Amino acid sequence: MTDAAAPPSLRGSLGVIGYAICLKGIVWREALRFLHQRERFVAALVRPLVWLFIFAMGFRSVLGVSIIPPYETYVLYEVYITPGLVAMIQLFNGMQTSLALVYDRETGNMRTLLVSPFPRWFLLTSKLVAGVAVSLLQVAAFLAVASFWEIEPPTAWGYLTILPALVLTGLMLGALGMVLSSVIKQLENFAGVMNFVIFPMFFASSALYPLWRVREGSPVLAMICELNPFTSAVELIRFAFYQQIDWTSLAVVAGSTAAFLAAAILAYDPARGMLVRREG
Amino acid sequence: MKALAPNAAPFPALEVAGVSHSYGKRVALESVSFCVAQSSFTALLGLNGAGKTTLFSLVTRLFAARSGHIDVLGFDLARAPSQALRRMGVVFQARTLDLDLSIAQNLAYHAALHGLFPRDARARSEALLARFGLAHRMKDKVRDLSGGEMRRVEIARALLHRPRLLLLDEPTVGLDIAARADLLAHVRGLVRGEAVGVLWATHLIDEIDQGDDVVVLHVGRVLDRGKVGDVVNRAGARTIGEAFRKLTGIAEPEGASS
Repeated sequence: MTDAAAPPSLRGSLGVIGYAICLKGIVWREALRFLHQRERFVAALVRPLVWLFIFAMGFRSVLGVSIIPPYETYVLYEVYITPGLVAMIQLFNGMQTSLALVYDRETGNMRTLLVSPFPRWFLLTSKLVAGVAVSLLQVAAFLAVASFWEIEPPTAWGYLTILPALVLTGLMLGALGMVLSSVIKQLENFAGVMNFVIFPMFFASSALYPLWRVREGSPVLAMICELNPFTSAVELIRFAFYQQIDWTSLAVVAGSTAAFLAAAILAYDPARGMLVRREG
Repeated sequence: MKALAPNAAPFPALEVAGVSHSYGKRVALESVSFCVAQSSFTALLGLNGAGKTTLFSLVTRLFAARSGHIDVLGFDLARAPSQALRRMGVVFQARTLDLDLSIAQNLAYHAALHGLFPRDARARSEALLARFGLAHRMKDKVRDLSGGEMRRVEIARALLHRPRLLLLDEPTVGLDIAARADLLAHVRGLVRGEAVGVLWATHLIDEIDQGDDVVVLHVGRVLDRGKVGDVVNRAGARTIGEAFRKLTGIAEPEGASS
């Protein structure tokens, strides 16, 4: 059977141009939705700012940070936690994308996405890219506010060099959220995601305190923190801010991204995935 | 390949052949087979829990059937999903429009999902909305529409990419009598005007016309299928409502007089 059986006057493309149109459409919708949900934007901005201006100010004298790479001088505590808060923005955004997927599945939006003739791996990846694009907007707004308090990379190039790091960490956390979304049955379970995914990942990482400090308290916890891919995400962003590449973190984040993405695509596979086992 | 022009194609719009599905041990569909001819209106009649939703999930490829196969215009959904899906338009039971976006934005998103060129998509959107009496509301937010209008937008959206098969899962749920009749008339018009084969899932007997095809689904099985008149005759009944009750063994509601 050839394409001659295609409906007449259907002017579209399932070739490269079609893929581009489809990706653009998915990102565009996600951005539009985000701009229409002002509360979400404000929440995404206020959350890290609260951490930065209340938590960090309160702790700056308690938690001294010694000179550890990539820092070459003593840094203020709020400078230390900024990369962690950037990663937190992406963590929340990634989980919120997963929340949206569960919500979409309940309202049927996920289904309209999945009846697209493009391959499912492409649709899911496009959805992830859209989520990352939104997280970049959030991070940009956060860093803009932070720069008023002179929390900045050593040179303006740092804003450019964190971009690829942010894309990768955003994909990793978004893909993790997507895997979770296939497992979560209902929207109410998002509280569980907060308790069992977001908080442990955030606190058992180098986002708020350097790992040598954790090791002083508990070597076991320090090891858990090191194994936590979120730590790698934080460190990748931290080094990228200083125009450096932390190769170990890069490897862990890239590997985790690939693994989570593969799991997400498998979870949404029509024949083998999680959906097939479940009613409704 | 001129022979495959509309109406001349040898394939039915939809063919469901020997499809079974179960969730764990619970059997949801058992060896379900039926066809939707091109440019025809087929009602899928069944009560809640008959398996209609599972069947829609399978036909729209949310997940794959455990056994049997589903063809759209001759394209196997499992082996050529892209070809099958591009010929299919779907209106899900749940409302699936973005309430905060305008009608035009909702349609543009859907067009992108099908890889349609934006300029063509816009022209097609305008033509379809004009047909559904909503042309002047392109820029309105979906939130401001009535239930019946939202459904019409969803049908317009499902038709954007010129599918040859249109699936509707209980589309009149939550609509008042006038909106229901209006929607039905619109969709019946499409069968002629757009040459689509329609599968209309419902539990409402009065939505079925004498000339329709009907598939009676009950507890995961097809009890009978064919022209409404034939199904009524085979059941030894006078109306499709009576035939449905006889086939399913459901008692006539008290006080009903059909």
